[in-house]
This record gives sequence, structure tokens and C-alpha cells, in this order.
Amino acid sequence: MEYEIVIGLEVHAELSTKSKIYCSCTTEFGGEENTHCCPICTGMPGVLPVLNKKVVEYAVRAGLATNCTIADYSKQDRKNYFYPDLPKAYQISQYDFPLCKNGYIDIETDGKTKRVGITRIHIEEDAGKLMHDEWDTGTLVDYNRCGVPLIEIVGEPDLRSAEEARAYMEKLRSILQFIGVSDCKMQEGSLRADVNLSVRPVGQKELGTRTEMKNLNSFRSIVRAVEAEAQRQIREIESGGTVVQETRRWDDERGLSVSMRSKEEAHDYRYFPEPDLVPIVLDKEWVEGIRASLPELPDARKKRYVREFGLPEYDAEILTSSKVLSDFFDDAVKQSSNAKAVSNWIMGDLMRILKEKGMEVENIPFPAGYLARLVGLIEKGTISGTIAKKVFEKMFLSGKGPETIVKEEGLEVVSDEGALTAVVRKVLDNNPQSVADYRKGKEKALGFLVGQAMRETKGKADPQLINKLLKEAMDKA
Amino acid sequence: MKITFEIIEHVADLARLNLTESEKQKLTSEMANIIGYVDKLNQLDTTNVPPTSHVKPISNIFREDVVKESFDREKILSNAPSRDNGCFKVPKVVE
Amino acid sequence: MELYELTAHELSDLLREKKVGAVEITRSLLDRIEKVDAKVGSYITVCRDRAIEKAREVEGKIYRGEANSPLAGIPMAIKDNMCTEGVLTTCASRMLSNFIPPYDSTVVKKLNAEDVILLGKTNMDEFAMGSSTENSYFKRTKNPWDLERVPGGSSGGSAAAVAACEAVFALGSDTGGSIRQPASFCGVVGLKPTYGAVSRFGLVAFASSLDQIGPLAKDVTDCALAMNAIAGYDPLDSTSADMNYPDYTRSLVNDIKGIKIGIPKEYIGEGIHGEVKKAVLEAVETLRRLGAECEEFSLPITEYAIPAYYLISSAEASSNLARYDGIKYGYRAEKFTDLLDLYKQTRSEGFGAEVKRRIMLGTYALSSGYYDAYYKKALQVRTLIKQGFDQAFSKYDLVVGPTAPTTAFKIGEKADNPLEMYLEDIYTVSVNIAGLPGLVIPCGMDGNNLPIGLQLIGKAFDESTLLRVAYTFEQNTDFHKNRPRI
Repeated sequence: MEYEIVIGLEVHAELSTKSKIYCSCTTEFGGEENTHCCPICTGMPGVLPVLNKKVVEYAVRAGLATNCTIADYSKQDRKNYFYPDLPKAYQISQYDFPLCKNGYIDIETDGKTKRVGITRIHIEEDAGKLMHDEWDTGTLVDYNRCGVPLIEIVGEPDLRSAEEARAYMEKLRSILQFIGVSDCKMQEGSLRADVNLSVRPVGQKELGTRTEMKNLNSFRSIVRAVEAEAQRQIREIESGGTVVQETRRWDDERGLSVSMRSKEEAHDYRYFPEPDLVPIVLDKEWVEGIRASLPELPDARKKRYVREFGLPEYDAEILTSSKVLSDFFDDAVKQSSNAKAVSNWIMGDLMRILKEKGMEVENIPFPAGYLARLVGLIEKGTISGTIAKKVFEKMFLSGKGPETIVKEEGLEVVSDEGALTAVVRKVLDNNPQSVADYRKGKEKALGFLVGQAMRETKGKADPQLINKLLKEAMDKA
Repeated sequence: MKITFEIIEHVADLARLNLTESEKQKLTSEMANIIGYVDKLNQLDTTNVPPTSHVKPISNIFREDVVKESFDREKILSNAPSRDNGCFKVPKVVE
Repeated sequence: MELYELTAHELSDLLREKKVGAVEITRSLLDRIEKVDAKVGSYITVCRDRAIEKAREVEGKIYRGEANSPLAGIPMAIKDNMCTEGVLTTCASRMLSNFIPPYDSTVVKKLNAEDVILLGKTNMDEFAMGSSTENSYFKRTKNPWDLERVPGGSSGGSAAAVAACEAVFALGSDTGGSIRQPASFCGVVGLKPTYGAVSRFGLVAFASSLDQIGPLAKDVTDCALAMNAIAGYDPLDSTSADMNYPDYTRSLVNDIKGIKIGIPKEYIGEGIHGEVKKAVLEAVETLRRLGAECEEFSLPITEYAIPAYYLISSAEASSNLARYDGIKYGYRAEKFTDLLDLYKQTRSEGFGAEVKRRIMLGTYALSSGYYDAYYKKALQVRTLIKQGFDQAFSKYDLVVGPTAPTTAFKIGEKADNPLEMYLEDIYTVSVNIAGLPGLVIPCGMDGNNLPIGLQLIGKAFDESTLLRVAYTFEQNTDFHKNRPRI
């Protein structure tokens, strides 16, 4: 039987406010354990929360950028459960009146656009961090992350494959980065997803029983988790069993999900309105002001790249998948007359080197203008394409400007006929067979001879000129 | 609604309380008494009556996004029953 | 007259005239505590050295003319559920028996700014849950009028301390009557301000939507002075009212002509003790004689206030008290097998019976399947109770009635029947549910020579009218001059 996978993601993004959601402690990542803490975020007796206004603003930005309706009345609620990373034993979240609801985003897979629904976006506080101690005798608790503001973006179960899940995550990340509300650093946990997944025979209307895998914090693990969990559920059904509704933990190392049923008792969060905080009633004008201040979003930018620069859809999609990358491209294009060439360099060599070195786009060691100037040097004929690749690598290693590298290494194209005549002579003398072939009409031999001459000049020769000189020399004789 | 021994056990679990058998027995009857009394509220028709969670109709109380110095770690940890390496310490959490 | 017997405003005059120093006054109070507290048991912690040190500092300030507050140099006490940096804050619970807060509550900061001298922290029902101060992990506070009786609760320590002259005035907290009922039982003045008038920051939460801090004092003038010190907007409390707060001493006017007063029939009907009813009705007569227009009216919702109150307060408490888990502060069980057991053992050993009962009730009321029937229903009834008062206040400036159905009862008398104890709060809880101010003033004595308190209920943020009517009553009667002999 063929099965269809049904996936809904609940994405948590830490907001990049300066201070925490309910107190004035810094949200800065890292720092010695329990040094970004005060009585409020560690839940001491007697403390009270006061909501950071920026959190509301950022959540509304996220809602507007994902086509949500912004609630005119919203409130905060307590979600009660015991865990050592939650010092008050309740998380302040939103239950029945979230800030944003009924939105959507468009994702692209296999060249097809798909609209994915967003049920709601609400604000809440992050929890602390648990670490096992050196001797493994206990667990240590660090509350630095406790109270860092989060938005939870609850998606509709509209996704049908691991690729779609990945595309959805990437698009969300890109949007959140574009609007500046989260840095979305997955390795720091500032963007993570809970995966709700079920399978059903193709054609069946009603949904199968779903499982939830919590806190996946890389694209790779999301893709792997979706694939493995779907297979597990299908196997379960095929072998005559049933899927149990439960929370499962994805073990990325072993590549499988593990039931957490034994650890989990019937969850009853006992939500009720947070009495220490008052309702949020948003002014229409204020919301419209935020809408007006939204920057160009990834989809709009992508369309602009295709329209203005004639880039292929695919390239435009990749370029706009990250704000930093897209800004890098925009910046370079401003200083170059050849957007397409800039794009090719980014899509090709830049991405390759980043991947080889395991680096992020944020860490490109030179400004966008350097790439624009490198493209300029090729266009002017100062260096050849081959040399440009070398310059690019050096630029990446040293962070020096392309002109400096070309000058320091003497990489300018040699277009002095006198200097090249000697090279041509030498190549012809060393390759009599090829010369003979050429004269018999084998045009391919010319290519080989040009290559030899380029090697002789370490790629610095102007290939057009070499071509001309070789031809002249052989045709003459 | 009837308060049973099982409900008491479930609620005690949710509230993270260990109760002895006699405590459970006692609470079952006390809670039944209290719940029987509060069931009196059902005499009132509250259809279309909005719930009041905040007695004062105020909204939008915010603070500005300004960082202030955090507390000295020693002060945060000073009351901890068990601590280690600048952290609160709990029995090993198994996931 | 001994110094410890005087009111804050009397002592303030002596200090200003330099007839006495802050250290001398403080020593007088500390000696009084030493002498009688073994019998009364008002205090959990007495800060003797700290108080004297502070008194020396304030004395210097007064001599240099740098202390401007009328409360400068006045020794007072604070209920042990308000955080005091560096001073044990236990909530009368084993759970917090070793908790030393790293920060001051807003009221403590405000009082410090007024150069008040903190004598110590007073006993209470554990986590403010109770009406007799019998639910304290540490001790039972006795009623200074009759040591075999309870002082009321939960601010029983504060009320007893003021009545026994172990503090010039004190702060209490009131969630369902916890300032007013002990004020009534101990024969002192007690004020529960409007919800939002005094910051809750640093008050260990019992029921967040009902809790308010307020003063207990020897007379109405001291009550107004204390309000001037503690009321005001606090950006650290989202429910704090951002408005212009009046100078409460301006309400100390001996004139109530034309003030309209309503007396709820339900407050003087079935269930009230005869002597209490008599004293309350006589007080109403006095007010009428002084120029107020008094009439009875019906507040039919009264009988639903207690069930609504116990659901709302217990539900909030079950969440507020979840943080006591033996990890960050306070008590941790000695023996446990794993994390879950640590939680359960700690909470089972750390909390007393009444606290556990309320946590159970509140957890149940919020749990899946029961929320609508109990918690939501209670919040709807809250709307009706509020509307009942709104209607009353469209006709009256003030609502007047008894504080409690009886005078102070014997220790142990109601300890075995939680529901009966809850009914003690019948006349007080509605005020918290509606967020209104309530003031209690002595209005008589029963046959056992126990005080009876008259409760005045005002419009939201109209403490001024309460103080004015109470002041006028006080100026024209002698009840506030009664003091227990210990």
C-alpha cells in the first residue's frame, strides 16, 4: 500500500530583544551559568512579571510577515507543569487568545509553490538548561536562558514530505531573519521545531494517529526524523499494529525515535489566565505602523531578482533563503554591473567554499564589494576566469581585496605580444604532432596548444591573444 | 461532581504531593464536603456572564526593552539546598 | 503612659519636638516584645540588633533635620510573607523556614525610604491560608485580649503585635479578610486597600488576583500615615494602579454629614452572632447621629461569595505554590529516590495540612474536564459579585456591616472543620473578589470583653471616604482606646 505522510510543525524562535520577556536581565547567549539571572527569572517567592513591549512588537511583525490576523484582544496564561528547567513550575504562555492567527507562507519544492497554513503565533518564555555534572551524579540547572522571549509558530498539518518540512523551516527562518525578530541560530537553539507526524493510506480522508517529536534543532535532523518516523509508523501499520499517540524523542546519533511514554504521565497543563499580567489590547494604528515598517520579504525579493536581474528562479530562491546571503548579494550588485555573474559566483564558488570549510554565510571574511570588484576585474580583462578562481580563494583566506591579491601575486593577464611570442614558439616546438594535426584540419589540436600555452604562463596569458598568435604562426608556415 | 479516592490520587499526583492512605481517605471526605458546598454556584445562571479574571479593566502594561544588571550569582544561589559549579543541583534527570 | 503604648503620630510629635529619640522608642518596643511575646507569640523573627542600628542611624538623621517623614523612627512589624533582603521570610511554612530573600519587596523599600524601623516579622497562617493563625509551622499566636483565643488570621501576628503594643503599627496582607478579621478580633484598625493601590512586588503570592497589602494600626490617623507610605504606582507590578494617589491624612476630617451608607441585609441576617449584630447596628446609629444617611439594602449574591472565593483563591494558589519544589530555595526533603520523589517528598513534608488541602482543591478546579464547571464558573460569579457592588455604589458612598460573624473563638475550636473555618470569611471575601477597599474599626466589646470590628467597604480607590468616616466615628467614640491588659 502507498502511504501519505502528514506533517505539522510547531516552531519555536527566540526573539532577539535585548532583555528577557518579563525582567531586565540580558538575553545574550553564553555567559557563566546563572549570571544572567535575577529573582524574577529564577522564580523567587514574591516576584512579578512585567511584559517587554518589544516582544509584542516582534511577535506582531512575525504575524504580519506570515499573513496572520493580529488579534485586537490577547492575553497570557499559565501552563502548569513541574520540571527543573522551569523555576516557577509554570510557563507563561498564551492559550486561547494568541497574538496572531490564521496566516500562511508559500514554500517551493521541485519548482512548485505550495501554501502552508499557520494556525497561530503566540508569545511565551523559554526555559533554563539542564546539564549532567562531571561525575554524572546529578543534573545541574542553569537559568540564563530562562525568560528569554520565544514565539511559537504553530503550523497546519499541510506538509507531505521531509523536503516540504525542510522548505517550510527554511522559509520561516528566512522570513524571521528578514524582519529582524530572531537570529534563528539553530546551533544555539534559537530556532527549533516540534514535529507532529502521521501517515495514512493514499486517498484516505481522515488523519492517522500522530506522534510528536520535540526540539529538533537542525534541518538535517528534521529531515531524518521525518523520514525515519514515517517509516516506523508505516512498518507498525503494515505489521498489523497501531500507532500510539505519544511524544517521542528523536535520537539523532542513532537515527531513530524513542518512545517517552514511560516518562510521561497524562499531561494536564491546567492553563488559566495569568493573574499577574493584564490583557494586551492592540491599537489598529500601531499594528498598521508595524506593517508599514516591514522590510522587503524573501518572496518579494526573490521576484525582484528574477525580474530585475534575470536570475533563474532556483538561484533567486537560494539567494533569498538567508537574509545575510541575500543582503550580501544586494550589496555586491550595487557595486557591480553584472548581477548574473555575481550570483554565479555566490551560487558556485562561495557556497562551495563555505560548505568545504563548514562555515556559515555570516562568516564570509570579506565585504560584498570585493566580489563585485573581482567580477569587474574579469570583465575588464585584467584577469582571466581561471585566475579569478585563485584570487577568490585567496580573498577568502586572507580577506584582502582582489586588486591587492592580483598585484602582490603578479596575476595580471599578459597581453604583451612580444612576451607571448616566445611562449608560442616554445609550445609549437615541443608539440610537433599537434601542429601536424592542426594542419591536417584537426581544429581540436588548437585547443590543446592553447592549453599548453596557458600552462606555460601559469594561466596569466590572455587566451584570445594566444589563440590568435598560435593560429598566425601555424597558418604562416 | 463526586470526589473519589481515585480522583484524589490523580490530583495529588498532578500537584506533586505524596499522601498517606489515611491522608487520602481524609482528603476524599473533606474535598467531597467542600466541593459539595461550592457546587452551590450551580444555582446561579451564568449563561452569557463574562468571566472576570482581572478586577480592574486595565490593559497594555509594558516595560521598555532595557537591560539592567543581573544579580550576583551568589545571591541567586544562596538559598539553594544543593549546588555545584555555579548551578542548582538536582537528582539526575533521565530523559 | 509608656512609649510603646503610643500611636505613631503621638511618637512622631515627641520625636519632632526632640523630647525622645528613635533609639529610646525602639528599645521600649523591643523590651515590650521581650516581656510579652513569649505569651502572645506575635513574632517569628525579631530583628533586635538591626532595629537598634537603624534607630541610631535615623536618630542622627532626625537631629540633622534630614528625616522628613512622619513615620521616621517609628518601630513597626511586617507580616512574614513580605520579602526583606537579608531577613528570614518564612510565610510561617516549613517550606520557607530557611529562606533569606536576596531582595526587598516594594513596600519594604518604601518604608525604608520613610526611615521606619523594622522590629521583625510576624506570625501568620501558613502562606496566608487561614483565619486563626493556627496554621503556622512555628507557633500559635494568642489573642492579647484572651490568651486562650485566636487572634484571627491570617495576619494574626501583625494584629496581635499592634494590640499588645509590640509594634506601633504593622503590615498585613488580605486575600479574603486576612487584615480585617484579625483587626476585628484584636480590636485594632485594619485597612485592606483597593486591589492595585499597594504594590504586591515582594509579597509572597497566595492568590494573585485577590492579595493586597495593608496596614494594621492603633487608630485611623496611623492608618492614613501608613497608607501614605506604602500606596503608589509600582512599575514592577503590572496590576499596580498608575494614578495620582491622594494624601490620605487629608481625609482625617471629623464630618460625615450627607454621606450615604448602605447596610446589606444579608450581612446582618442569619448566621451572625447576636452581640456582634447589636454592636454593628449601634455603630450604624452612631453614624446616623453624626449626619450620615443610612439604610438597609439587599446584596443577594453574598452567599455565593465564599464558594467563588475558595475556587479562585485555591486555583491561583495551586499554581503560585508549585515553585516550592526543593530546588532553588527553601526546604528539601532529606530522603528521596529520584527527581519525582524529591518533588513529592519535599512538598509533602514542607507544606502543612491546610495548604495541601487548598493546593488539592485548586489543582482539581483547574484540571482538565473541571475547569469550566469550577474555575470559569467562579470567575463568572465574580462578575456578578462585582456588579452587585457597582449597583450598591450607584446609590451609596459606603457599605457598612460586620467583619466576622463572631468575636475571637477559642484556639482549636474550629481547627477540625475546614468548611466551618471558611465560613468565617463570609463578610470579607466579597471585597477581595470585587477588588474594593475595606476598613475595620473597633465598634464595641462582647460579654467576654472581646473586641468587635465594624467593616466599612468603599468604592474602588476611595480609601479617602473610608478613612474620613472611620476617623469621624473614632473621634466620637472611645472603642479605639480599649487596650488589652497583658
